[in-house]
Amino acid sequence: MSRATASLPRTVGAHAALLAYTAIALFPVVVIVINSFKSRNAIFRTPLSPPTSETFDLIGYTMVLNQGDFFLYFQNSLIVTVASLFLVLLFGAMAAFALSEYRFRGNTLMGLYLALGIMIPIRLGTVAILQLMVASGLVNTLTALVLVYTAQGLPLAVFILSEFMKQVSDDLKNAGRIDGLSEYRIFFRLVLPLVRPSMATVAVFTMIPIWNDLWFPLILAPSEATKTITLGAQLFIGQYVTNWNAVLAALSLAILPVLVLYLIFSRQLIRGITSGAVK
Amino acid sequence: MGSLTIDKVKKSFGRVDVLKGIDLAVNDGEFVVFVGPSGCGKSTLLRIIAGLEDSTSGRVLIDGADVTVTPPANRGIAMVFQTYALYPHLTVRSNMSLGLKQIGTPAAEIDRRVTAASTMLSLEPYLERRPAELSGGQRQRVAIGRAVVREPKLFLFDEPLSNLDAALRVNTRLEIAQLHRRLKATMIYVTHDQVEAMTLADKIVVLNAGRIEQVGAPMDLYNKPANEFVAGFIGSPRMNFIDAAKLGEGQAKTIGVRPEHLTVDTGSGAWKGTVVHAEHLGADTNLYVETEKAGLLTVRIFGVYGAEAGSTLYVTPDPQRTYRFDADGKALA
Ligand SMILES: Nc1ncnc2c1ncn2[C@@H]1O[C@H](COP(=O)(O)OP(=O)(O)OP(=O)(O)O)[C@@H](O)[C@H]1O
Ligand SMILES: [Mg+2]
Repeated sequence: MSRATASLPRTVGAHAALLAYTAIALFPVVVIVINSFKSRNAIFRTPLSPPTSETFDLIGYTMVLNQGDFFLYFQNSLIVTVASLFLVLLFGAMAAFALSEYRFRGNTLMGLYLALGIMIPIRLGTVAILQLMVASGLVNTLTALVLVYTAQGLPLAVFILSEFMKQVSDDLKNAGRIDGLSEYRIFFRLVLPLVRPSMATVAVFTMIPIWNDLWFPLILAPSEATKTITLGAQLFIGQYVTNWNAVLAALSLAILPVLVLYLIFSRQLIRGITSGAVK
Repeated sequence: MGSLTIDKVKKSFGRVDVLKGIDLAVNDGEFVVFVGPSGCGKSTLLRIIAGLEDSTSGRVLIDGADVTVTPPANRGIAMVFQTYALYPHLTVRSNMSLGLKQIGTPAAEIDRRVTAASTMLSLEPYLERRPAELSGGQRQRVAIGRAVVREPKLFLFDEPLSNLDAALRVNTRLEIAQLHRRLKATMIYVTHDQVEAMTLADKIVVLNAGRIEQVGAPMDLYNKPANEFVAGFIGSPRMNFIDAAKLGEGQAKTIGVRPEHLTVDTGSGAWKGTVVHAEHLGADTNLYVETEKAGLLTVRIFGVYGAEAGSTLYVTPDPQRTYRFDADGKALA
């Protein structure tokens, strides 16, 4: 922090605002996590207090882990998220590169068309998507989810990445061309490393809605073999009785992988910022 | 080897005509400098020569071979950019050798050339460093080294010194001049800077609004500018232009006198005037004199001259060194 601009009241004010926001954002997560470690009665009697020696209970976790399919759900979620993320980043970056680097007829129009998806939620097309998946025999496959999530993530990825790619120095790309690098190598070796921070941002934005999604797994892949973790956790929510211990434990466990992925990307983010491009 | 011919090259971006028909011949071993005001199309022309930009029409020939549709890597050229454009993830050595590796040069040969180039540019201590660990001047030398190892027919420089500070600029300018002398290669150099143009060039090409105004040796442009634009562009401080009607000159529209071809005297002279401002630079003094007859004139006096703003002076032009231009700006004999 620079001394010249930091006055005590402003610093305190800023920190107070940020802390308040952090508290609000973390509150539901904390409640889920602490209650997942408590017995059923304690969850209802004192939902806000942390587990004590009397109320501490791992029943939720044992139930979830003994439910054999849980690991499968976990695996499904992970496969779908990572595969979609990979495809969104790859195709998003490639489309962004083409839009920002090459002048061709309809360039602006194509950019707008690709960005349109940001404004129109993909869920509006659910019926058509379902028909499509039925017709192509992809219902109850992870492929169906990966395809839908890739489509869902691409507009924002193209939009953000093309803005960043426009900022990559033309001279650098031209130097590569004079040295005889192919356009693919220019893209993968010169441009991608320089937009890594924005790739990480896009990755985080893309990943979280996919991991948390309940809609498409429910509609496109509700079979036992293809359930994702969010859908699997619904198992414990019954029509008449809900197994709160298990639901909370499942949700707590579901937070972990996104957290790990997020940490990986945010490391990239920081490294990207500090390494800096050469000018 | 290393001649270049540009034949009726035109370039438009959409509806904007950036280059409006450029014809130019560059001989083998020549050092040619493109100068011109910002936005006149210097970089665009250079990129067309390099093949980084397609011309709208016209041809580019290197060594007599039409390369209009040849990709940049196969044209036998090397380019040095204003922003250095080093590969940030590669060491200095790899930066220099990448282009050679791409065309499958044997490792021993790459090594020999990198060693030679880095010796020439005093880069040996930095070969294993990355660009981020170098100073601006070192980075630009690496960029030059990267061009040298390719042993191109044609070197292209796009304002290579404009990101360096004044002292480094002078040093690097010297290095480029020595490089040209040693390699005897053909070089094309784009700059805003008059001093670079005058000191480096065998031949200067003055561009303005997408057209070539004049091509010639630096002293030719200085002594015999073809038109008012070149006269004003070459030489610093800028030439004074005086409305010929005020001086009662017949067929000319404008009279031009360079600041260094005016003399001043406190007692008598051609045009009486008042000093508006004086710039004392040590080696010379620039006076801005508002004259009754000829308007505001810049006068350059060699050495120190003690004149204060507000004092009265007489300014006299050297009659041998005045230029006359017609209504179209063309120089009259
Ligand atoms: N990609 C482009 N699309 C549209 N116009 C362009 C493009 N590149 C350059 N121009 C225009 O072409 C003209 C010439 O540009 P160029 O870069 O060749 O100028 P320059 O002489 O190198 O100027 P400077 O001295 O400022 O570098 C400018 O008016 C610029 O706006
Ligand atoms: Mg330029």
